[in-house]
Amino acid sequence: MDQIGPVFVDGVIYSAWLFIAAVGLTLVYGVMKILNVTHGSFYALGAYAGASLTGAWLARGLPPMLSYAVLAGGALLVTLVFAPAIERGLLRFMYAKDEVVILLVTYALFLVLEDTIKLIWGVNPYFVAEPYALLGSFEVGGLRYPTYNLILVGLALFLAAGLAWILRGTRVGKLLSAVIHDPEMSRALGVNVDRFYLVTFTLGSLLAALGGSFTAPTVSVVPGLGVDVIVLSFAVVVIGGLGSLPGAALGAVIVGLVRSVSVHYMPQLELFVIYFVMAMVLAFRPRGLFSLAEPRRI
Amino acid sequence: MTRDRTPALLVAVLAAVAIGGLALPQWALFILTIACAQGLVVLGLMLLLKAGLVSFGQALYYCIGAYTAGSLARAFGLGDIFVQMLAGAAVAALVALVLGFLLARYRGIFFGLLSLALSMILYGLIVKSEALGSTDGFNLLPSMLFGIRPSGAWVRYAVAVAAASAALGSAFLVHRFLKTPLGRLGPAIKDNEIRVEYMGASVRYAIHVNYVIAATLAGAGGALAATTVGHIDPEMAYWTTSGEFVFIAILSGTGSVVAPFLGALIFGAIHTIAYDLSPNTWQMSMGAALLAAIVFLPDGLWSLFARRKAA
Repeated sequence: MDQIGPVFVDGVIYSAWLFIAAVGLTLVYGVMKILNVTHGSFYALGAYAGASLTGAWLARGLPPMLSYAVLAGGALLVTLVFAPAIERGLLRFMYAKDEVVILLVTYALFLVLEDTIKLIWGVNPYFVAEPYALLGSFEVGGLRYPTYNLILVGLALFLAAGLAWILRGTRVGKLLSAVIHDPEMSRALGVNVDRFYLVTFTLGSLLAALGGSFTAPTVSVVPGLGVDVIVLSFAVVVIGGLGSLPGAALGAVIVGLVRSVSVHYMPQLELFVIYFVMAMVLAFRPRGLFSLAEPRRI
Repeated sequence: MTRDRTPALLVAVLAAVAIGGLALPQWALFILTIACAQGLVVLGLMLLLKAGLVSFGQALYYCIGAYTAGSLARAFGLGDIFVQMLAGAAVAALVALVLGFLLARYRGIFFGLLSLALSMILYGLIVKSEALGSTDGFNLLPSMLFGIRPSGAWVRYAVAVAAASAALGSAFLVHRFLKTPLGRLGPAIKDNEIRVEYMGASVRYAIHVNYVIAATLAGAGGALAATTVGHIDPEMAYWTTSGEFVFIAILSGTGSVVAPFLGALIFGAIHTIAYDLSPNTWQMSMGAALLAAIVFLPDGLWSLFARRKAA
């Protein structure tokens, strides 16, 4: 049982990654009731932007320590280019439609964005391992971990705290919960609901892009990168409850730990357990572990 | 009352495939056969769509059908197309019968998410299962018809005609099902579930039946695809496969039992042409086509024909 340490550390690191990758999805669903498949596209866009910009930054011989800021900047840049255009140009005309139809619209957009990425960055893989190796490593239970992983954990905690503060502690957050509960009434009271939707979609996409750009140094960035992330983030947010922020955190921790235990003790069940947990949660608490009692619709 | 033209249309299409198939090149026959396989899956999705349900996990049954066919070939050397399709359909139906008790309680986005989770469970199991070839999958023996292995040049034609007869036969059965009281419940459920219950019908039972039929068709489609391609792999259960089926279903619309096959054929054609012209942007064309279908043809391609007839 000397694996407990590594199992735990792996679990925490993976949970942090999952939370960063998935929290934007729950935010967008919670506010706009859109199950956003393009979330995976923004993850991939972020990864490409992060990898290519950081690569260029390091190639110029600029200070490597600032490459972390470049990663974040790259994510912000692609999000600002694509997210507002998608929300204003297309999604806002769809809000009257059924949830499932909007899901299909975002699926169509995902297909378009997949190829847009190939058009911009080509099909060859990008590598930028420098930010990953830069900080050295630490050791747990005889296994070495790159210290970079602590940045992921820190980023996850920072995002969780920041989002919780915005939603619970600020005027904007209060207005947002009004928009969530009754968009029409909020509009009547003078809240600019359209702007809230625009900002929410952009923020949600930015979170996905950040997830992608901070993952980029740890993997080779190849086409199809976002495809796996979509189902994984679906699993995470569904387990915690669609649209719930604490739920996303709980979902990330559950999936992270379950996967890490499985990888260490029963690697052949790695993927199975994640979706098994998702199916079980849907079977017994379909609105997620964090759901409040909801009146029956039928 | 207008006469029901669908059976005549089905026979005409089958005859066209049987005669026209003689003149078609091998690759076109292949696309035609795959369209039949996908059309079978989409035919099932159409039943669910009529009841207002979108399954993002129909690849589960597609994959079950394919791996059933593959295992039959591996374990018993069985390569007969019809045996494989029946076996694939039967196993898929059995699984759906069990899972249906759970899924029939779900609607909207939760139905989609649960079916997605179930298909990803199968994907996760197959990917890590060495006995089934992990991520590589495995190859199937060449297809046989009634115990006879057609010679080289004829295989594609024979398989295409067999596929078309199975597909159009299923379409006919589904067409008949839609005329029964149970089959007519679908659109009513989509409109207003409470009224259906007040009428004395069980919504859950109706959805369960539709779900099992959809799975059966998907199982048969999966087996057909497996024997046509000659290779199966876990990607068949992945969510992108389910996404393609939903794509075709939306493109086709729910207007007629022939629509799924037309939709699948057009999907195959766009896929082949777009991929041929520009391998890096074919998904973009597909995405644009899907968007256009959702925005301009919310009832699918079939509504083009229906509108003309009404005029």
